[in-house]
Formats: sequence, structure tokens, C-alpha cells
Amino acid sequence: MKLNANIPEGQIDKKWTNHKFNLKLVNPSNKRKYDIIVVGTGLAGASAAASLGELGYNVKVFTIHDSPRRAHSIAAQGGINAAKNYPNDGDSIWRLFHDTVKGGDYRAREANVYRLAEISNQIIDHCAALGVPFGREYSGTLANRSFGGAQVSRTFYTRGQTGQQLLLGAYSAMMRQINTGKVEMFSRREMVELIISNGKARGIIARNRITGELETHTADAVLLCTGGYANAFFLSTNASDCNVSAAWTAYKNGALFANPCYTQIHPTCIPRSGDHQSKLTLMSESLRNDGRIWVPKKKDDDRKPSDIPEDERDYYLERRYPAFGNLVPRDIASRAAKVVVDEGRGVGPTKQAVYLDFRDAIKRKGEDAIKEAYGNLFDMYYQITDEDGYQVPMRIFPAPHYTMGGLWVDYNLMTNIPGLFALGEANFSDHGANRLGASALMQGLADGFFIIPSTIGGYLAANKFEKMDEKDKAGIEAAEKVNEKIKRLFAIKGKKTPTEFHKQLGNVMWNGCGMSRNEQDLKQALKKIPEIREEFWKDVMVPGSDGELNPTLEKALRVADYLEFAELMLKDAIERNESSGGHFREESATAEGEAKRNDADYSYVGAWQYDGEGKDPILNKEELTFENVKIAERSYK
Amino acid sequence: MSDIMKNFSVTINVWRQNSASDKGSMVSYPVNDVSPAMSFLEMLDVLNEDLIKKGDSPIVVESDCREGICGCCGLVIDGNTHGPDKNSTVCQLHMRRFKDGDVITVEPWRVKSFPVIKDLAVDRSAMENIMQAGGYVSVNTGAAPDANAVLINRADAEESMDAAACIGCGACITACPNGAAMLFTAAKISQLALLPQGHPERKERAINMVEAMDKEGFGNCTNEYECEAVCPKEIKVSNIARMNREFLIANFLSNK
Ligand SMILES: Cc1cc2nc3c(=O)[nH]c(=O)nc-3n(C[C@H](O)[C@H](O)[C@H](O)COP(=O)(O)OP(=O)(O)OC[C@H]3O[C@@H](n4cnc5c(N)ncnc54)[C@H](O)[C@@H]3O)c2cc1C
Ligand code: SF4
Ligand code: FES
Repeated sequence: MKLNANIPEGQIDKKWTNHKFNLKLVNPSNKRKYDIIVVGTGLAGASAAASLGELGYNVKVFTIHDSPRRAHSIAAQGGINAAKNYPNDGDSIWRLFHDTVKGGDYRAREANVYRLAEISNQIIDHCAALGVPFGREYSGTLANRSFGGAQVSRTFYTRGQTGQQLLLGAYSAMMRQINTGKVEMFSRREMVELIISNGKARGIIARNRITGELETHTADAVLLCTGGYANAFFLSTNASDCNVSAAWTAYKNGALFANPCYTQIHPTCIPRSGDHQSKLTLMSESLRNDGRIWVPKKKDDDRKPSDIPEDERDYYLERRYPAFGNLVPRDIASRAAKVVVDEGRGVGPTKQAVYLDFRDAIKRKGEDAIKEAYGNLFDMYYQITDEDGYQVPMRIFPAPHYTMGGLWVDYNLMTNIPGLFALGEANFSDHGANRLGASALMQGLADGFFIIPSTIGGYLAANKFEKMDEKDKAGIEAAEKVNEKIKRLFAIKGKKTPTEFHKQLGNVMWNGCGMSRNEQDLKQALKKIPEIREEFWKDVMVPGSDGELNPTLEKALRVADYLEFAELMLKDAIERNESSGGHFREESATAEGEAKRNDADYSYVGAWQYDGEGKDPILNKEELTFENVKIAERSYK
Repeated sequence: MSDIMKNFSVTINVWRQNSASDKGSMVSYPVNDVSPAMSFLEMLDVLNEDLIKKGDSPIVVESDCREGICGCCGLVIDGNTHGPDKNSTVCQLHMRRFKDGDVITVEPWRVKSFPVIKDLAVDRSAMENIMQAGGYVSVNTGAAPDANAVLINRADAEESMDAAACIGCGACITACPNGAAMLFTAAKISQLALLPQGHPERKERAINMVEAMDKEGFGNCTNEYECEAVCPKEIKVSNIARMNREFLIANFLSNK
């Protein structure tokens, strides 16, 4: 398939302005003639629905939750980037663009990233106007902090709840449109199929979670804002409802899935405490500003941390990366933790953890200063582990956190299926092989508030749409497909729960396709997935009926999709025999074990195409070219 | 340290109700091998996994983030809204809070405006209707001035953030003897009243949101302070006073 990213001509800083000018417009009085479906109400979905409603389109918005405000964006803590340069420390659109391309290890599209940086400032303006209570200086101006290894302070925040406040801002804008009647809300609905008619995306099948009814909704365009797939690992920092199903359905209907192997593992999460663990909790990486990370030098050292003398401790980040020390980027910190744990030097009851020690910082600055800076994080740590981080070192371990891969989209955020758009974490667009801290919130809101309102007009104005309703053949067939799948699941009446299969899958993925990957382990994992899948379809148990709120059925449907998706993730990881960003291939490393990118062979987006049940997917490559950023090695030595 | 505590057994006495129209009753289940490091919801997961394996319907209990921020979860445990710990949601409660042999009662939010959907899941959409009536600033995308063009006193911004921290869980409504939605509504009105961005619409907002609250059949406030006591996010009743002020002034000034 020939991929056309539809990147506008011209100088990079003029592309977006020119493009907006060249796009066809929908006449204001005609907008009400178009129906748009938005799936998901996180930052991307809520902001898109609000803006499209303001423009006058008829919007139908869907979410799994009882309220749009519960989308997983709510959990983001740290902040949101923008190139405002309020602190006068040398930031600019150009620098944010540059940092994001470099941070993504040169695997993102320059034009998209530049646009993101360009829009970043408007996002802050709009969110402040919506009443987001950003942190402020005594002068009354907005406050900034530095975040995620950036050399400038460009991160805006609302305490440790930035995602919550931004989401509530976007949600409030959407609620206003619901009140005007331009947006219609469908909560407790799960999209289970995509409706394609005459080659265009024209609607969705949504399962009503309360009644079990399969509802057919038609429209002139469909926006998937359904978030990321980190729960492919079972244990991650994502909420339990996060799933790949909507994106996977799109894939099986012909949409390309790009770079599925690019996943981000966050270094500072609270380790799992046992088999009962249902999810992992992230602690802000700002802790690494004052905490020192170490493990004992000796294997299986069971002494209490306070009994281990200084010269028997290995501050391995400080040792390996003297310039950056404990502040190396996420992927490097995560991998280094894995190395010491694999050597048998992990700590705590499970031995799957490393220490994050504040002893020296407390000695230097006093406990009060540490409390002031991180008090809420210490409280959270205490609540979960029953341990006092001021007295004993915290135990941390990396956990899957974010997924850079996603549905392939062009510059207009449209997938290769006309009329099907993907926004937010659900697309692959702006972060390349690794996302910088505080950039996902920025991207979700850029996509929803500022990009899609322009680009969707271009699509609608340039196309003709036949009338369509629930009785259309395409819709009936799509619903029938889902019905059959549900019937099949109930008929199995096996012995294992969907969660047991999910855990099994997570294990295979974490071990085979986690922080450090190699061909042999990847291939072994790839052999296991079909076996688990086969067992699932023979032995899963789904009690109850279809006509009621049935969480086991919902879980089974999602796990069934993860069991297919995992294979694609592994294939992509095998195919990409280079180390870039979150994807570390042991075969592609320097003598010291550091990641080695291979630009000659892998400077492309890997966009996978479904080719039918049981057939190998087809890899399409979108070559990446860099005209504005000089390609360099990432080094943090 | 927790790893010294041994695993133990408890009995869960839980509300089971098949559907909104079903009468429902308490049902008792033993749960063995409970680890003190488990969260309360993970303990229910263990019970549910057992039920599923037996082909029984698991207990429907809502949760998503499991870290106290999404507002999905909400249970009454031994009569305590969101469980025995102060300033925390039920997903943040851990089993080390209990001991071997405990009999634990688990019930859904019980208030007229939140009908039970199934077991422990309730319908809180009445809260959405209050937000929809005015919980926003009517600014269109693209119309905003530079963020620093409007300066905000830091103390006001912080106080606004205190109110904005509400997670929309509905605990305040459940715990209120009158089933009032005052704290929840007041938190939003306060957040926006404390910011200049909220000022142009403050009158309409107060009137519309308070009217929506009444229309949804929520009760009246008789200063019981139960709401503040159970709120996981420490939203203060002083917000209710501010809301009342906003409402009175709005009524006084408007011809509505
Ligand atoms: C713990 C944590 C902390 C983070 N901190 C930061 C940070 O500080 N800064 C930063 O920039 N980023 C951060 N991130 C990343 C960022 O929060 C997310 O990438 C971003 O919020 C995703 O937004 P979204 O709108 O794309 O998706 P989401 O917010 O995940 O929303 C997805 C929506 O889709 C709906 N949905 C999904 N599937 C279906 C379906 N089949 N049918 C119907 N609806 C469906 C869901 O109900 C939900 O409404 C953090 C992430 C985590 C996990
Ligand atoms: S005010 Fe407190 S108790 Fe009430 S909904 Fe908000 S967070 Fe929950
Ligand atoms: S599950 Fe999100 S607040 Fe409890």
C-alpha cells in the first residue's frame, strides 16, 4: 500500500498555516447537516466533541464510563508542556519541536511535531480561559516547572493533578455543548464494531453496557479517541478499562496500525506486592530529583537497607551515567533497573524492586523540605505499602505506562480509511519511539481542540455522503459479527476466567517484549500467544447473560482482542532490529550495552495492514526524512 | 512492616441485586487467604474470580483508576462511606486495615437519586445534569487571550484548586441525611467564582446549577457536615456558604 502522509508543502513553520488556508471549508449553515461520532471522552475526545459542537456539527460522543470525566486522562499527574517561554529561559516553538523529535529518537514526523509545538501555547491560553486552576506565582502569572529531563521550565501544572484539571476543563466545555444540544452523550457504551459503507467510515456499533443491546449509530465521520494499549502487559499504570479494542476493530476493518512495539515503561512505580495485584501506581518521576537509586552490590542480600554500609551499595545510575545520574531519561532508568534485578540484586519481598533513597537529601535539606516538595507522594507510598519513605528507602520498579504506537494517521489525523480519524494516545503520530514527560496531555488537546476542527472540514467538504441509517446493510452485518462473537463466548463455559488469561498474556509480554528485547525471546513469545488464544476460546468462562451489566463479558471481549493484538506487537518488535526509544533490542547495542539506533535501515514508521484471519499482516513503511533537525546519537553518559 | 503480617480470612456480607427492579438482599461469602497488602477491591477481585470459575455471576463493583482520582468507585463498608479511612476513596483502602475473622458489610451508595443498577453499581447521572446546567465557562476554542493577560492572585488560584479537586464520586450525597448535592455543586461554583474567568457568568451559573440540583430531586442542606466528613478530597463546607452567597446575590440582582 502506498502511504501518503499528506504533509503540506513549504517551510516547516508555514505548513500548518498554509494547510489550514488550503483546506476546503464547510459553510457555517451547512455544518448542522453533518453528523460526527466521537468515541472516547479523555482529553482528545472531550476537546474534539466540544470544539466540533461549537462549530455547529452534530456530535454524538461515546464513553465506557458512567461519566465522561472518568476517562483515564484524569490520572495524569505531572503537567503539560508549552513553548510559552514565560520564565525567559530560552524556550521557543523551535526548541520544543527539536526536543520532541530528539526525545522521540528520530522516529516521528517532523511536520506533525512542529505543529504540535506551534499549537502548544494556544492550549494553555484556552485551558486558562476555561477555568483550569493552574499553579501560579505570587505575581499572579502562571508557574512553570522543569520536567522529564528538559533543560527549560516549560511545564504547566495544577499541583499533582494536571490531567484531572485539564480533563475537567475539556469536559466542562463539552458539557456546555451538551446543554446546547449540539453534542449528545452516550455513556456506558462500548464501541464494538466499525461500520464501513462504500469504503468510508460511516458509524459504529456500540454495546449498551446496562442492557447489552447492540446499538447502531451512523454518521459522516468517526473519531477514535480511545486511548492507549499498555494493558496488553496486564499490569500497567493504566486504569482497568483501558483497552485496545476500538483501535483493533479499526485495524481489522483495514486501518493501519503503526509502530505497535513502541511502548513506554516508567521507572518510578510502586512494585507489585503479590499475585493479587490488579494494577500498578505511578509516582511522579520528580522524586528522582532528590532520591538516590541503588541496590546492594551483593546478590540476594537480605539485610535491612539501613544495615548495608555505604561501600556495599551500588548507586548504579550515578555509576553508569555520571553526567545525568539519577535523572537519566525514563527508558534508560528503567532498563538499568531491570539489569540489576536480573543479576539477582533486586530488593524487597519479591526481589523485583530497587531502592529510591531520600536519606542523603533529608540530611542535606531537612525532612521538612522533602515533605514540602513530595509530601503527597510519600503519603501515597505509605497508603499503598505501609512503609514510611522518610525512614526507609522507597522501593520502586518500572511499569508499562504509555504507548507511542497506535493507528496510523496522516497529517489530517485521518487513518487510511476515509472518514476514520484517530486522536490522542490512540494514534501513533507525534512521539516517535519515546514520549517526553508532559507531552501526551499537550498532544491530546492539540488534536481535539485545534487540529481536528480544521481538518475534518476539509474531509467533509471534499466528499459526498449517501444517506444512511440503522437499517443499512453495513450496520446490520457489523452487529451480526459482534453478536456471533458474544454467543461464542457464552457457549464455551470453560474453567478459566478472562482475567486469568489476561494475566497469562501479560506475563508473556512483560518477559518477552518488555524493557529489553531480543529475537529469541520475542519469537518464543510469539509462539505462546496463539496457544493462549486457542486455550481462551476453548476454556474461558463467562457467566450470566448478554442482556445485563456483565463485566465478565466485557473483560472477555477486551482480552480476546489483546490476545490478537499482542501478536502484532511482537511481530513489529521482531521486525525492528534496532534500538530506538522505548524499544531496546539487545542485538542493537554498543559494547557498553547502550541502545544503538540504526538510521540506515529503520528510519521509517512501520504501519501494519490486516490481511485476513490466519494470514500474516503486511508491513508498509513510511520513510521518515529530517530536514530541520540534525540527527544525532542520544547520549547521557 | 506489612510482610510480617500473615494472610487471613474474612467474611463478606454484601448487597446483591440483580437489576434495578430486583428487590435485592445481603449475601454472605467467606474469603480466605487474604493478604494484608491487597487493596479492598483486590480482595473482592479474588472473591469474584472464584465466583466466575463456579459459573456464578460475580459481584458488580465499579472501579477504574484504583488510585483515588477517577471517582468511579464508591462503597459503604461497615456503614462507612468510602470505608473506614479518612480522606480516601474505597479503592485506596487496604486489607491490612482488617483482621482475621472480621465480618465486613459491603453496600452500595444508598440514596434516592442514585438508583442501583446491579449489586454495588449505581446510576449517578443526576450529577451530570447539574454540571451540564452551568459548570463551565462559555468560551469557544480559539477565543482566549494570552494566559498571562489575566493575572490571578495566588491564594485565590490555590483556593480554586482546592475546590476543583472534587472527583465527582457522590460520597457527599450518599452520606448526607437529606441526600443533598450541595458540596458537589458548591465545589464547582466555588472553583469558578474564585477565578476572574468565571465572573461574567457567575449569576447565571449559580441560579442554573442550583435549580438543576433541585430538579434532580436532591435534598436540602441542614448543616449536618456529613458531606465534608466523608469527602475523599477534603472539599470544605465553606464552599457551600460561598455557593449560597453566590445564589442569593444572583437572585437579588437578576429579574429572573
Ligand atoms: C498514571 C499516568 C500519569 C500520566 N501523567 C502524564 C503527565 O503528567 N503528562 C502527560 O502529558 N501525560 C501523562 N500521562 C499520559 C496521558 O495521561 C495520556 O496519554 C492521555 O491522557 C491520553 O488521553 P486520551 O484522550 O488519548 O485517552 P484516555 O484519556 O485514555 O481516554 C480514552 C477514552 O476512550 C474511551 N474508550 C476506550 N475504548 C472505548 C470503546 N471501545 N468504546 C467507547 N469508549 C471507549 C474511554 O472510556 C475514555 O473515555 C500519564 C498517564 C498515566 C497512566
Ligand atoms: S465533593 Fe467530595 S464527596 Fe462530593 S463528589 Fe466531590 S469528591 Fe466526592
Ligand atoms: S477507582 Fe478511581 S477513584 Fe477509586
